[in-house]
Amino acid sequence: MLTRRFFLNASGAAVAALSMPRMAFARANTDRRFVFIIQRGAADGLSILGPTGDPQHESLRAGFDQDLATGAKLDSFFTLHPALAETAKMYAAKQALFVHAVASPYRDRSHFDGQNVLETGGSSAYQLKDGWLNRLLGLLPPADSKALAISDTVPMALRGNNQVSSYAPSKLPGPSDDLLQRVSALYEADPQLHGLWNEAVATRMTAGDVEAGGQNGAAIGAIAAKLLSGESGNRVAMIETNGWDTHSGQRGRLNAQLRNLDQTVSALKTGLGDDWSNTLVIVATEFGRTARPNGTAGTDHGQASVAMLLGGAVAGGKVVADWPGLSSAALYEGRDLRPTTDLDALIAGAPTQHYGLSGRAMGSLFPESRGRPLTQPLIA
Amino acid sequence: MLEPAIALNRFGLGARPGDTPPADPKAWLTGQFSRFQSRPQALAQVPSRSKVIAQLADYNAEARMTRQTKRQMQPASLPTGAPMDDSKKQADPLRRYLRQAIRDDYLAMNSARLASAVATDNPFAERLVHFWANHFAVSVDKLPVIGLAGLLEFEAIRPNLFGRFPDLLLAVEQHPAMLVYLDQAQSIGPNSQVGRFAAMRAGKQRGLNENLAREIMELHTLGVRTGYSQADVTEFARALTGWTVSGIARGAAARFIGGGDDGSFRFAEALHEPGPRTIMGKSYPQQGEAQARAVLLDLAASPATARHVSTKLARHFAGDDPPKPMVDRLTAAYLRSGGDLRILYRTLIDSPEAWTAGPLKFKTPWEWSVSALRAVGQTDADPMAAAAMLKQLGQPTWQPGSPAGWDDIAASWAAPEALMRRVEIAQRLASHAGSSVDARALAEKVLPGSLTPATRTAIARAESPQEGLALLLVSPEFVRR
Repeated sequence: MLTRRFFLNASGAAVAALSMPRMAFARANTDRRFVFIIQRGAADGLSILGPTGDPQHESLRAGFDQDLATGAKLDSFFTLHPALAETAKMYAAKQALFVHAVASPYRDRSHFDGQNVLETGGSSAYQLKDGWLNRLLGLLPPADSKALAISDTVPMALRGNNQVSSYAPSKLPGPSDDLLQRVSALYEADPQLHGLWNEAVATRMTAGDVEAGGQNGAAIGAIAAKLLSGESGNRVAMIETNGWDTHSGQRGRLNAQLRNLDQTVSALKTGLGDDWSNTLVIVATEFGRTARPNGTAGTDHGQASVAMLLGGAVAGGKVVADWPGLSSAALYEGRDLRPTTDLDALIAGAPTQHYGLSGRAMGSLFPESRGRPLTQPLIA
Repeated sequence: MLEPAIALNRFGLGARPGDTPPADPKAWLTGQFSRFQSRPQALAQVPSRSKVIAQLADYNAEARMTRQTKRQMQPASLPTGAPMDDSKKQADPLRRYLRQAIRDDYLAMNSARLASAVATDNPFAERLVHFWANHFAVSVDKLPVIGLAGLLEFEAIRPNLFGRFPDLLLAVEQHPAMLVYLDQAQSIGPNSQVGRFAAMRAGKQRGLNENLAREIMELHTLGVRTGYSQADVTEFARALTGWTVSGIARGAAARFIGGGDDGSFRFAEALHEPGPRTIMGKSYPQQGEAQARAVLLDLAASPATARHVSTKLARHFAGDDPPKPMVDRLTAAYLRSGGDLRILYRTLIDSPEAWTAGPLKFKTPWEWSVSALRAVGQTDADPMAAAAMLKQLGQPTWQPGSPAGWDDIAASWAAPEALMRRVEIAQRLASHAGSSVDARALAEKVLPGSLTPATRTAIARAESPQEGLALLLVSPEFVRR
C-alpha cells in the first residue's frame, strides 16, 4: 500500500518529469495496446477492494460485505472481492495495480453528469464536446491510434475529431435486467401498463430470454482481443459495462458484475497472447457509493471509488491510495468515501507513461484540470 | 397535458427537442393547412411510378412465360434464340431479381415516409396523411402492391389532403395501387366485349370482381351495415368495370386496355358492362367511366359516409370511444361543406373533446416510432433497419393485411409482448443516440408540462444517459398521446 507519505514524497518526481525534454508527437510505433473499460452506474469501490484493515470497516460494512472474507488479501489493509479471481492472479503476477479513494472532479451524484465528466475529461458536465480518449488518439503515432468502441455506437469518451470505429456483435442484446426492473417500477402505478408489463416479463423469464446481468463478459473480452490483434489492427479500444448501480440486492448483483468483468479482462489477456505484455487496461467508474449500506441491502450514490490498471505493461502488485479513513468525520459529507486521488491525474498519468508522452499531455486530455499526471511508476 | 403539449403530441407526431411549444396551439395547427408540402424534400427521391410499373410488367411477363413453359406450350412469340429448357432455367433467377428490385422500391418509400414524418415542421398535416393512408389501406401482402403502396399515399392522398373528400376518394379509387390491390384491374363485365369473347372460350370464365365495389362501400365511404345490399354491391361492381391500369394487365385483357404502359388509370370500354345501373334505389344511366364516377360522388355525399369518416377522425384524436357530440358536429360540418376537408379539420381542432388533459390514445407502433425518432433527433434511418423496426413492433408499413387497415384502438396495440418490443427498440435507439443526449433535459422538452414526477425521477436515477433515454421513450406519458 502506498500511503499519504509516499504520495507526498513522489511529488518530487513530477518536477523531474516536467523538466525532461518535450517529446515530439510523431514517433516510432510502439505496438502498445490501451483499453478503457468504463463501469457505468457507479461501482462500489468499498466492496470491490475492501479496506478491511480500516478500523471503521467492521462497524460500517460487517454483515454487508461478507464476500470479502474469502477474497484475496492484497496487503495488510486491502482485500479484493473474490469474484475477481483472475484479476487477483494478475495482481500476484504484478500485472494489476489498484488506485483507491479516487474520483473525477465531479462532486455531485448524477450518473449522467458524472459519466459525462468522466468521459469528456471536463471539470463539469456537458462543457466539453469531445472525449479525452479521442483527444489521446491525437497524441499517438498513427499506427498506435487506430481505435474502436466495442459498442454499437461510439461512446462519449471516444467521440471527437479523431477517426474511431465501433463494433458490436451482430445480435444485439435484449433489454438488460436493470432496465426491465426500472420499467417495472415505472409502470407500477399505471393500471393498464402494470399488468401487461408483468405478463411480458413473466413470459420472458419462462422463455429464458433474460440474460442474467449479461453473462457475455468473456465473449466481449475475446472479441476485443481479436480486434486489438494483428499487424494493422486496432490499438485502442473502449468497452462499456453497465449495471453497477446497486441500490438494492448489492451482494448478488455485484458478484455477477465482477465475475463478468473478471471474465472480460481474463479473455482479453488470453486473446492478446504475447501482446498482453504491451497492454494497459484502465477500469474506472463515474463515482463511488455510500460508505454505509442503505435499507435495501444496497448502497446509494457516493463519491470516491476504486480504479484499476491491468495488463502486462502495468507496474502492478500494489495499491496506490492516500487513504482518507472511514470515520464519520473523514467521510465526505458524512456519508461517502472522500476522494484523495484525482482520477484525471491517474487517467493522464498511465497513458503518459505507457506511450512515453510528455507531461503536457495532461493539458490535452484534461484541459480544465489544474492537476498533474500521477508520476509514480504505473507502467513497468 | 397542457394545450401546447396536446398540439405537439396528440395532434402532431411528437415534439422535437428544438420545438417551441406553440403559443396559440390552434393557430399552429390550422397554419399547417397552407404550410403543408405535398412533396417535401424527404420524398423527392422516391422511385417513380414508371419505374415501379416497368418492373411489375417485367415480372408479370416473366411469370407468364414461366407458366407457358410449364404447360409445355410453344408460345407464338417466344423471344428468338432461347431454347425452351434454357428459358425455364433462367426464369426463376430473373423473377427473384425483379422481386428484389420491387422490394427495394418499397424499402426506399418506407424510409422516405419515415424521414418525412420525422423531419416535418407540419406534423399535424403529416399525421392526417397517415390517417387517410390507413383509411384507404392497401397491403403489400400482394406482390404487385409492394412497389405501388407508397405511391398511393404520395400521389393520391398527399395532393388531396386539404381538398375535398370526393376528390380524395376519386384519386384513391383510380390509383393503380388500389385498382390492383382490390382486383379491380382485372374485373370484366360479363356482357362487355371482352366478357362475351371470354365466355365463348370454354374454361376461360373470367368476369366480374366485386372486391373494390364492396370495400368502397363498406370501408371507404358508407361504412358496414349502413343500408346497402348485396345487389347494390354487384351493381356497383358492374358500373366499375373498365376501370383499370395501363401497362400491367395480363393476358387477353391487356390488348383491350390499350394506352401506354405507364401505369396510369385507364378506362377500357371493352371491359365495361354496358347498360344503366341501379344502386341504392338510384338509376345511373351514364355511359363509360362517368357511370362509376357518378356513383362515387353520390357515395361521398351520403350522410352515412359523413358519419363514418367523422367517427374515424374523432376516434383518432378524441379517444377509442369517440364522444357522440363531437361526431355529430363533424358529420354536420362534412355535410354542410360537401366534404371540405379543411372545414372538417377545423371542426376537429375546435372540438373541446380533443383537448382534454389526460392522454386519450395509446400510440400505435408507427406513432410511437415516429415520436421516438423525433425526440432523439434521428433523421437518417437505414431503410432496412427502419422496415425491420416497424415489423418488429408489429406494424410494418402499408401491410395491415386487410383493406380495413390497422385498428385505431388501444386494445389492438397495448399488449405484453408489444410493450417488451418497445422497450427493446427504445434501448437500441437510446444506445444509438449515445451518452451525448441528456434524457432529463430532453424529457422536459418533448413532454412539456406533462412529464410526471415518477418518470422524471426514474429518468434522473437511471444508471446511464442511455438508460435514462430508454426509460423516457417507454414512459407511460410517452407511449400515449
